[in-house]
Amino acid sequence: MTVVATTLVPGCAAGPVLALAQPLSLWGGVDPESGLIVEPRHPDHGRCVAGHILAMPASRGSSSSSSVLAELLRRGVGPLGIVLGEPDEILVVGAVVARELYGVDCPVMLLGRDDYPIVAAWRAATIDLDGTITRDAVRPAIS
Amino acid sequence: MTRTAEIELTDEQADGLSGGRGLGVQRAMQIIVALGRASGAHRLIPVTRAHVDGVLYHGQASQDFVEWLTSADAHVAIPTTLNVASLDLLHPWLFRGDEAAATAGRRLVDGYLQLGCLPTMTCAPYQDRDRPGLGEDIAWAESNAIVFVNSVLGARTARYGDFSDIAAAIAGCVPYAGLHRPEVRLAGLVVELDPDAAASMTDDSALGALGLVVGELAAGRVPAIVGLPADTTEDGLKALGAAAASSGSVAMFHAVGITPEAPDLETAAGRAGELARVRVDAAMLARAVAGLATAPDGSIDAVALGTPHFSVSEFGRLRAFLGEITGPVQVEFSVSTSRAVLAEITSLGWLEGIEAAGVTVVTDTCTYVSRILRHPGGITMTNSAKWAFYAPANMDARVVYGSLRDCVESARAGTVVRTRA
Repeated sequence: MTVVATTLVPGCAAGPVLALAQPLSLWGGVDPESGLIVEPRHPDHGRCVAGHILAMPASRGSSSSSSVLAELLRRGVGPLGIVLGEPDEILVVGAVVARELYGVDCPVMLLGRDDYPIVAAWRAATIDLDGTITRDAVRPAIS
Repeated sequence: MTRTAEIELTDEQADGLSGGRGLGVQRAMQIIVALGRASGAHRLIPVTRAHVDGVLYHGQASQDFVEWLTSADAHVAIPTTLNVASLDLLHPWLFRGDEAAATAGRRLVDGYLQLGCLPTMTCAPYQDRDRPGLGEDIAWAESNAIVFVNSVLGARTARYGDFSDIAAAIAGCVPYAGLHRPEVRLAGLVVELDPDAAASMTDDSALGALGLVVGELAAGRVPAIVGLPADTTEDGLKALGAAAASSGSVAMFHAVGITPEAPDLETAAGRAGELARVRVDAAMLARAVAGLATAPDGSIDAVALGTPHFSVSEFGRLRAFLGEITGPVQVEFSVSTSRAVLAEITSLGWLEGIEAAGVTVVTDTCTYVSRILRHPGGITMTNSAKWAFYAPANMDARVVYGSLRDCVESARAGTVVRTRA
């Protein structure tokens, strides 16, 4: 199955989907050295964004999240790509700067109200340059 | 005019993007155009000032980015203030982190100063005498500053953050999107305070609690709060906004009858038709406060105030409360503020008495982003919902939340004191 997204930052990615149960501020919410979700009140506390396509229903929190995303990507513990239910310019800028500084691709895709929950329910997905996101049933989720 | 994707650029903007105004402007314009595409803008508009949050060190990426700009001889095109640094530059001995972290924090500030930014080092730039006015388009970062300047001063800024803030300062323009657009500033939700909730708003901790609730209810809409007391101070609106930005990314609210774009609900909401309405009662505020605590009421290790940075009037209230207790406080007691406010309370003759009571005044940074407290993992009491919201994750702090008065009373007792039921 494939859905068509709006490309906010172009790129390719394939991997397990980590769909957050609630919005998350990367700053204050994710350890920039490890990619672990450290916000104690967050339902996904203890999970790791590294190596995942991160699905976020909405943006939240600090304007420092651009730096945290760039630092995560610099260290190789960032998300492979990001799928959003609402636009988030702060994450877009972090991904653009990481590409300029380090040549790391982290596509950021925006889905509509109907499509977001579909992709968020997938175990794994592939993001393509043409803006499509495809369900990937073969790739097992990495815990 | 030139078209790049869907954004129409003026000749000057297009020249900047293609490198005709130097590599520094070109790099800044690349970020602004990417931001514009993400925000669905069709054009870029000039801004008169910028406030930059990227000066807080988040790792090597922070330094790599500023050097990417300084190496291109970039320079800000408009007056640009700086947010907090990773350490107190005026009182560096207060920093308990390692030397490498201190050096990294200082180098990052130097990079931004090289770009022409002003060394204001505060998260509350709106407490400066020279501050943005109604309808002025600006590019501010720092979530509490964004929500304050949009809501309380009526200047217009979208949510800028690290990298986009300095890019806007260098390019001198931003996408015409988000809260720069008058129609986006209209209320999309009415939050009505029950009389019992409204009556509690004389307590500064209640305003923070209300902010947390408003943030959770907002879901991307601009809330219009009905029922706040007409004499709610800027300090109170600061606490409310900082909390709402923490819990729900709120970048603007209206306080009907108080904030400049909300003389009445009809004006705040425009002609949008029937709005969703939510009532907030005292029980909801109490639940928000209870959800914030990560330690039980009992003995405390520290009190941390000044998130966002303490204003002169807050120092005045602190001074009054300190005057009511005898002898120095029993626990570590720190207040974060700006170097400008420090200069003012010094010239007012207040600083000596405050310090004599056992209070450490921290400038240029904040106790939840800089290693300053003796026991960062200990139990800290604060009147800042924002501090309480972020410090547990930032530094494993355990927090108790209460009013300014209760923080002072508790510091004297060494244990949590609640002066009202």
